[in-house]
Amino acid sequence: METPVNFDYAPAPESRAIVTIKPTYGHFIAGKFVAGRKHFPTINPATEEVLSQIALAGKAEVDSAIAAARKAYITTWSKLSGKERGKYLFRIARIMQERAREFAVLETLDNGKPIRESRDVDVPLAAAHFFYHAGWADKLEFAGLGTSTKPHGVAGQIIPWNFPLLMLSWKVAPALATGNTVVLKPAESTSLTALLFAEVCQQAELPAGVVNIVTGDGSTGALIVNHPGIDKIAFTGSTEVGKIIARAVAPTHKSVTLELGGKAANIIFDDAAIDEAIEGIVNGVFFNQGHVCCAGSRLLLQENIVDEVLEKLKVRMAKIRVGDPMDKNTDLGAINSKEQLLKIQDLSRVGESEGGARWSAPCDFPKKGFWFAPTIFTGVTQAHRIAREEIFGPVLSVLTFRTPQEAMDKANNTPFGLSAGIWSEKGSRILWASQQLRAGVIWVNTFNKFDPTSPFGGYKESGWGREGGRHGLSAYLKGVGHE
Amino acid sequence: MSNRIDVKKTYKLFINGAFPRSESGRTYEIKNANGVFIANLCLASRKDLKDAVVAARAAQSRWNKASAYNKGQVIYRIAEMLESRRAQFVDEITVFTGTTKIKAQKEVTDCVDRLVWYAGWTDKLSSLTGALNPVAGPYYNFTLPESMGVIAAIAPETPSLLGLIDAIAPIIVGGNTVVVLASTKAPLSAMSFAEVLATSDVPVGVINILTGKKDEIAPWMASHMDIDGFDISGLDAQSHGAIRIAGAENLKRIFRFKSADPGRILAFLENKTVWHPIGL
Repeated sequence: METPVNFDYAPAPESRAIVTIKPTYGHFIAGKFVAGRKHFPTINPATEEVLSQIALAGKAEVDSAIAAARKAYITTWSKLSGKERGKYLFRIARIMQERAREFAVLETLDNGKPIRESRDVDVPLAAAHFFYHAGWADKLEFAGLGTSTKPHGVAGQIIPWNFPLLMLSWKVAPALATGNTVVLKPAESTSLTALLFAEVCQQAELPAGVVNIVTGDGSTGALIVNHPGIDKIAFTGSTEVGKIIARAVAPTHKSVTLELGGKAANIIFDDAAIDEAIEGIVNGVFFNQGHVCCAGSRLLLQENIVDEVLEKLKVRMAKIRVGDPMDKNTDLGAINSKEQLLKIQDLSRVGESEGGARWSAPCDFPKKGFWFAPTIFTGVTQAHRIAREEIFGPVLSVLTFRTPQEAMDKANNTPFGLSAGIWSEKGSRILWASQQLRAGVIWVNTFNKFDPTSPFGGYKESGWGREGGRHGLSAYLKGVGHE
Repeated sequence: MSNRIDVKKTYKLFINGAFPRSESGRTYEIKNANGVFIANLCLASRKDLKDAVVAARAAQSRWNKASAYNKGQVIYRIAEMLESRRAQFVDEITVFTGTTKIKAQKEVTDCVDRLVWYAGWTDKLSSLTGALNPVAGPYYNFTLPESMGVIAAIAPETPSLLGLIDAIAPIIVGGNTVVVLASTKAPLSAMSFAEVLATSDVPVGVINILTGKKDEIAPWMASHMDIDGFDISGLDAQSHGAIRIAGAENLKRIFRFKSADPGRILAFLENKTVWHPIGL
């Protein structure tokens, strides 16, 4: 007699008691929270519960934040030695580690990503970014060729909603380490962890005005981009908005870095370790609900392994646990906003109407909130919109190839160039393919790995510049002999 | 003195290793410092630019694949060829620009020396600007500079030959190919330099040289969707805004340089980071 074994997971909810969310937030300007004039709600995308009211910064608030950043740059930050600047960054890193669980819970509530990811990826990496850059502050003269040790001045930084705290750390840590002061605008739907970070700045006794945080929507971002008091713009977001920013600053002397969209190829050669590759495919496109600019959203399979890979992939996808992001067992959380859900649904419909065959993993969604099942499209050609456009959701397009060269040609057939994946057990092929691929980050037999020491950024229309590592510092230092 | 009639040189464009006239049939007059007619130069058209970009794109993959040692030797060979024709270039610069012979000699010397300096960079870039990144996990992670692709450049008006070489050399050092517009007023030494290139070991299409008007060609370069980067050092500051706006359509990397330094080479290189797990 065999007893049926039930492998279902019992609910394992993380407590939200560690976080206190205020009913209303203001802006963080010159070291103090300043009440906003207009507000908009921020919701938990997994429940549609209104979490808080976020202030909408207009011209007055942006002016005042930039003036505070300029004053701090002139009076304190530019006069401080690198050694002392670094100490503030080390303090911030330590406080973020101390308050890590608070940040993780808040991030998951506001963003909808699984607590497992915010706890194990976003928050530890964010703290690591500050720790890493802290050590650069007094070593800028060793930072390499082509850059000076001089900061730009006041940096305007605009970040997306997919990794709210992590993108803040990618922006703020190098800016401060190199001696710039900052006006940061978090994304409209995910402001809460940035506002908690403002408290960290207070606890670290960071001089007033070195970091200023104004909340708002695209109109607030435009005010920052177009403000004459800004010396440097750093933006992470869509290629469409990136081009608008590039045009807006074209007639000015503002320096710009852009981390934009992608449509990464994840290439599986027939000699790959298939079971490992399956995990890599799943991590590549379903990590963070596919809300990842470097997501491996185009799967390129060598023709002779298509059936095997797809069969195994579907079995694996059916085991992805979709649901309550606060549950520690959840793999795939909520889509960040209704707006984004509609975009994913719309492009998926286009995928079907253009002839792609759609398969979605069976899953039960919670009654409220924004959800999309892990989905693959087979029979996709390079001309299909789902093979060309960034979908920014848990949707994978499957294409095939016969020869390694065909794989490279298809992988590179995109205006983007942010990342790519290679799965093969053959060293020479791996090195050849990693040379051929026109992308800034190549993951071989792994995917979606990030580290503060590792430069990240795109070729072509995926952006300008790098973030992280020695190369990322140059974005915040004046160039030598060129502009 | 004999009454021999000079055999004058016809100056044409340099595209894909050949010397075609502008397909448009358009030309403009070049006079020397004393106002005496010297030659009709090609007024390159949008189609000429397109042809040059096609040639540069076709040449890029092979040039990029050439070893750093090989690239260094090819650029050094340009210096050798120029050195062997020093007298001709000094003479041309003196006659055509009205400068002193001493200044012309200095410019040609600087040109040769600058090429030698750039030649030596090819096999040092990745060791000086690459990195083995100490990531917090069992991964081998490195970052290396890589070519950007096809780069356009507007050479400055003066010094016309040294300016041209400072536009071309840093672009090709890292494996890019180039389409450059020579000085409008003093393009003759640039086109003679094309003869140096044609008789050195530079693969066809790696360097393409146009002559013509900046205000025509620069916007075409800026909006061309198969150009990856653009050196606008030779353009007046007031046109930079419009050029950068046009270049945003494919997010061209657009820079203006003030000196010859390693930053000038790095500006047109991408950085690629590669991850691989370490394990049994």
